[in-house]
Amino acid sequence: MSQTGWEHFYHMADIGIRGRGRNLSEAFEQTALALTAVITEPELIQAQQAVDVSCSAPDHELLLVDWLNAIIFEMATRKMLFSRYQVNLQDHQLTGRAWGEKIDVSRHQPTVEIKGATYTELKVAQHADGSWLSQCVVDV
Amino acid sequence: MDLNLLNHVAEYTWRIEPHGDMRVPAILYADEPLMRDMDEKVYEQSCNVAMLPGIVQAAYAMPDAHWGYGFPIGGVAAFDPEQGGVISAGGVGFDISCGVRTLLTGLRKPDVENSKHALADGLFRDVPAGVGSTGHIHLNHAGMNAMLKGGAQWAVEQGFGLPEDLQRIEEHGCMSGADSGKVSDRAKKRQRDEMGTLGSGNHYLEVQYVAAVYDAKIANAYGLQEGDVVVSIHCGSRGLGHQIGTEFLKSMAITAGQHDIRLPDRELACAPINSEVGQAYLGAMRAGINCALANRQIITHLTRQVFAQVIPEAKLQLLYDVSHNTCKQEIHEIDGVKRELFVHRKGATRAFGPDHPDVPEPLRRVGQPVIIGGSMGTASYILAGTQQSEQQAYSSACHGAGRAMSRHQAKRQWRGRALIDELAERGILILSPSLRGVAEEAPGAYKDVSAVVEAADKAGLARKVVRLHPMVCIKG
Repeated sequence: MSQTGWEHFYHMADIGIRGRGRNLSEAFEQTALALTAVITEPELIQAQQAVDVSCSAPDHELLLVDWLNAIIFEMATRKMLFSRYQVNLQDHQLTGRAWGEKIDVSRHQPTVEIKGATYTELKVAQHADGSWLSQCVVDV
Repeated sequence: MDLNLLNHVAEYTWRIEPHGDMRVPAILYADEPLMRDMDEKVYEQSCNVAMLPGIVQAAYAMPDAHWGYGFPIGGVAAFDPEQGGVISAGGVGFDISCGVRTLLTGLRKPDVENSKHALADGLFRDVPAGVGSTGHIHLNHAGMNAMLKGGAQWAVEQGFGLPEDLQRIEEHGCMSGADSGKVSDRAKKRQRDEMGTLGSGNHYLEVQYVAAVYDAKIANAYGLQEGDVVVSIHCGSRGLGHQIGTEFLKSMAITAGQHDIRLPDRELACAPINSEVGQAYLGAMRAGINCALANRQIITHLTRQVFAQVIPEAKLQLLYDVSHNTCKQEIHEIDGVKRELFVHRKGATRAFGPDHPDVPEPLRRVGQPVIIGGSMGTASYILAGTQQSEQQAYSSACHGAGRAMSRHQAKRQWRGRALIDELAERGILILSPSLRGVAEEAPGAYKDVSAVVEAADKAGLARKVVRLHPMVCIKG
């Protein structure tokens, strides 16, 4: 995987999501895309409607989980899926925006709803080249 | 798992002696092949649980144990509040009070065979399932709080199901000590449209028949005979439970330091039972239990309506409803002394033996039904609690098969359409809104539930009573 991108990693019962970015905001955005990809292919989702979220936590790791859980909450209550994310970070305060559309079961063929982001395999780290990685396991 | 790390103390019992910061041993129940295949993470997580303050006797793992978050799935651990014992959101899981209920139908397999397609279509139409589905009931603020307090009792008062159902549900359908005031507005908002929905993943509603009877006396007491048709419903507390788990995991992680709890891993986030956070979680988690009980009660009502239309002579009576993601306050005898403990069962089923006062009267003499759900297209089992189990793992048994391969692997290996066709040829109708979801739940992606049940029976955790085979499966 290059400096920017997302992937899933192995967890027997659930699924691990990982994002990389040139900065922490981008890593968080990519991890959110990995979250979407647990449910369906992000390319199938049209970025029609924007939803704003904000959260804060005492450290980067808890903030990642909060960010993902904020998206999970919006997906669950708005019955939406998101394919584009933007994150702004200031200290431990996050403001983010997610673009997506209402779930269309026949078109999106969503596999599974996500219950929550967990602290399992939770990691937010900066590499020597300055790029960032952020990951955790989500419960499905 | 590397078996050299364990003491093989009996044929189905393996022990990890306390080392490092472990306060008690870890005890795992399984046969040798299951143990060999068991994830190394179960070893690590069982040891971690054994390090938590106030743990009593041992950290236990059931034969279907696998890698969870903090606690292993298939983990059982009891804590004593008088000894600084803790309560853990991870030890209960995100899907609070996820469980299974089985309904007798009074029908025999041939009675259903001809109407199978109509039944499947009706159930798929009327029981909301899958990602983004909404229920028929939309709760306002007062209704939500009443539901969280009353559980299945509330549901029956609202016209969902029958008063006699309540005797066949743990806690008589209403968990006491629930505090809706400790459930956040966000959790309630997440639940607003989700009452009476199955959810997704491994949740299902199945029409099954009794394919084999292992213990005729107990089967008879449960009202089960070979060829009888039953309905099983597997689901939990939906968005509300997930949100409670999410929020308390965070508050427990943040406050652990204030309570001088040194966590081997953040994911073990917990709080002393006798602390503000601990008590708040207890109140919210119990409300989550009521949400799950109400949810399964509403789905039962919807199921009865469909049967009434398709096969009017059916009479759906609840056999039992048992949860496998809970923390319950229970009295257990330890070294001859009765103690009040908080027993976490994460992916483990309570299995009270004969004569236990909490088992309803007609079932009490044979022990509580322990319902073990299989995966899509495979067998399920009904077991009975044993007196021996009380001594082994606080009257607990396994809960299901557990995955043998990740969702990602399963999706690459199977196609939903082909699986549905293949199962249809074997007489099993699968209905699901998502073909991709079906592929991830392929029967081959799960461990053999029969091996897990056999080990639970042989280890004395619960006694095998009947095996159920699916006829119709509504999959989320």
